[in-house]
Amino acid sequence: MHAHERLADRLRAARNEGRPALVAFLTAGYPDPARFIEHLDAVCAHADAVEIGVPFTDPMADGMTIQRASQGALANGVSLRWILDRLGERHDPDATPLLLMSYLNPLLAYGYEALAARAAAVGVCAFIVPDLPLEESAPFTAAVERAGTGLVQMVTPATPPERARRLCEASRGFVYAVTVTGITGGGGALPAGLAEYLERLRGVSPLPVCAGFGIREAAQVRAVGAHADGVIVGSALVEALERGDDPAAFLQGLLA
Amino acid sequence: MTELTATERDALLEDLLAGRLPDACGRFGPFGGRYVPETLVPALERLTDGVDRYLREPAFLERFHRELDTWVGRPTALTYAANLSQAWGAEVWLKREDLAHTGAHKINNAVGQALLARHLGARRVIAETGAGQHGVASAAACARVGLPCTVYMGAVDVERQAPNVDRMRRLGAEVKSVTSGDRTLRSAIDEALRDWVSDPEQTYYLLGSAIGPHPYPYLVRELHAVIGREARTQMLDAAGALPDAVFACVGGGSNAIGLFHPLLADREVQIFGVEAGGRGMALGDNSATLASGRPGVLQGCYTVLLQDDDGQIRGTHSVSAGLDYPGVGPEHALLQAVGRVRYIVADDAAALDALNECCALEGILPALETAHAFAGARDWAADNPGRRILIGLSGRGDKDMPTLARYPVEPRHARP
Repeated sequence: MHAHERLADRLRAARNEGRPALVAFLTAGYPDPARFIEHLDAVCAHADAVEIGVPFTDPMADGMTIQRASQGALANGVSLRWILDRLGERHDPDATPLLLMSYLNPLLAYGYEALAARAAAVGVCAFIVPDLPLEESAPFTAAVERAGTGLVQMVTPATPPERARRLCEASRGFVYAVTVTGITGGGGALPAGLAEYLERLRGVSPLPVCAGFGIREAAQVRAVGAHADGVIVGSALVEALERGDDPAAFLQGLLA
Repeated sequence: MTELTATERDALLEDLLAGRLPDACGRFGPFGGRYVPETLVPALERLTDGVDRYLREPAFLERFHRELDTWVGRPTALTYAANLSQAWGAEVWLKREDLAHTGAHKINNAVGQALLARHLGARRVIAETGAGQHGVASAAACARVGLPCTVYMGAVDVERQAPNVDRMRRLGAEVKSVTSGDRTLRSAIDEALRDWVSDPEQTYYLLGSAIGPHPYPYLVRELHAVIGREARTQMLDAAGALPDAVFACVGGGSNAIGLFHPLLADREVQIFGVEAGGRGMALGDNSATLASGRPGVLQGCYTVLLQDDDGQIRGTHSVSAGLDYPGVGPEHALLQAVGRVRYIVADDAAALDALNECCALEGILPALETAHAFAGARDWAADNPGRRILIGLSGRGDKDMPTLARYPVEPRHARP
C-alpha cells in the first residue's frame, strides 16, 4: 500500500467511527526545538493525521500566528533537513500518518528526488505545498509518487466547479478544502454556504475531504465535521503550544 | 536548474525576439510561471484573459496612450549629458523618466494597470512599494481613474522614504506599514498577497515590478516598453545612431526591462543591468541577485533569488530602497542565461558618488536606485573610451533626501 493510501484509510476509519477525522498542524521546532518530538508525539496520540510545518521566510498564505511560528522556528535553527533527521530518529511506521506542509522553495533547495526518498523513509505520507498549484506540480508529484507519497491538492471557495473536480482527482491522501477566501488563522464565524460547498466537494472527490483555515474550537469542529470527512486545526494548536498548554488536552477539547 | 546549452540559448533568444515568450504557461524559458495559492489561480486567469484582451484592444490602448501623453507627460526627454560626457570621455545620453509625472518610470505601469483594473470591474486596488515611487504612482493613478487604493510598505521603508508616505496619503491612498518579515519591499509584497488572497474577486493587485506570477512580468514589461521605444527613436533622431551600450538599474527590474526590451533585437547594442552591491558581496550585504543568486521560487515566480542552502530567502541590503529585493524579474533571469544582457554590480559608495557627480555636472538629482546605473556606466566608460552610452534615468532623487542627509557632499563634487 502506498503511504498516501494509508493516510486516506486512516481518515476514512475515523469517519466510519461516526466522527470527523482530526488533522492537526504544528510548526516544527516551535516554540521549542528541544520539545519538537515530545509535542509531535502528544499531538499524534490525539489526532488522525499530523501536518508538520516546515518554516519559511515568506509564508504568503499564512496569518500572523504561523508567520510568527515560522520566524521563531527559523530563529531556532529549524530547517527541512533538521526536521527529517528528527523524524528519522523517531520513525515508527504504524504511527499516526504524517504530512509535511512547506512552501515550495525549501523543497526545491533540498532537491525533489532526495526529499521524496528521505521523507518516505521517515514516515511522511503526503505533502501540502500552498504555493504549488496543479499546473506547476507535475515535476514534484512525479518525484514523490515514485516514492509512494503524494501531494494533497487544495480547493477553495473561489475554485470553479470544473477545476475543483480536477483538483479532487489529482489529490492524494485527502482533499484540503480551504473554508475561507483568505489566509490561515482567521477567527470569527465560518462563511455562509460552507456546508453546501463541502458537500459539493464530497460529491466529486474520491478521497476524504478535510476542511481547514479558521477552525479553532469544538463547536466549529462539530459544525464543519457534519459536512466534511475531517477538520484541520493549525493556528489554534500553535497558539496553545505557544501558551505552554497541554496539546493533548487542547485536542481532546476540540472533539468534546 | 541544468545549464542551458548554446543551442538552447540561441533558440530561447530567438523565441523572445519573435514575441513567443512568455509562453502559454507564463514561462520565459525555464523562468517565470505561476506559483501561487489556489485561491489566486482563478484571479490570475481572469487577469491573464483581461491582459490578452485589453492590451490588444485599440480603444484601451488609445486611452492608455492618451493618459501617457497628456497626464504622465510622455514622451519624456532624451538629454545629452555634455558635462558627464566630457568627464567620462564618452558620449552620454539620458532617458529622462525622472521627468514623468510623480517623478519616476513607475507611473507608466501604474496608470496602465489602474485603467485595466477599471475595465476588469475591480472595486479597490492594492499595491506594494519599496522606495515609495510605485506607491505614489499607484495612488496618483487610482485617484485619476477613481478607485480606492491601499499601499503596503515595509516599516523600514516608511521611515527612510517619509516624503513619499505623505505624498501617497495626500493623493488619497491608505498606507499600511508592514512590520512582519524583513519590513522592506519583500514583506510589503507578502502582505499585499495576503490581502489579495482575502478578496481576489473585487480587489486588483497593482504589482509594481516585472516580478511575481504570470501575467505580471509580461504586463509590467509591456506597459514600460514605451521607455525603450521612445529612447530608440530619440537616439536615432538626436544622436543619429543607436547607443553602443545601454545601462539601467535592476532591483525587480521594471525600468530596465522597459528600456531593454525594444533594444534586444539590435544585437550591436550592448546592454547592462546594474544591481545593488550594497556594502559588500557577502550574502545579506547586497541586493545583487543575478550576480550571486540561485534559481528558486519566491512570490509566485521561478527566478534567480538570494537564498541560503536551505532555500530560505536572505535579507538584503542596499542604500536604495527600490533595489532592496532578493529576487529579480524572470525575463532578466532569461536575458542573463542566454547572454543577451550582462548584469553588473555597483555598491552603495559608488552609487552615492555617481549621484553627487550627476547633480554637480548635469544639474539633475537622480534617485539612489538610478545612481547605480550611472556608476555602472562610468566604470564601463573608463574601460571603453569614446563610446556612445544611453542611461535609463529611471527616477528623481527628491525622495532620497532623508537618506542623503547622512552622506554630506564631498568637496570634489562641489562646484568651484
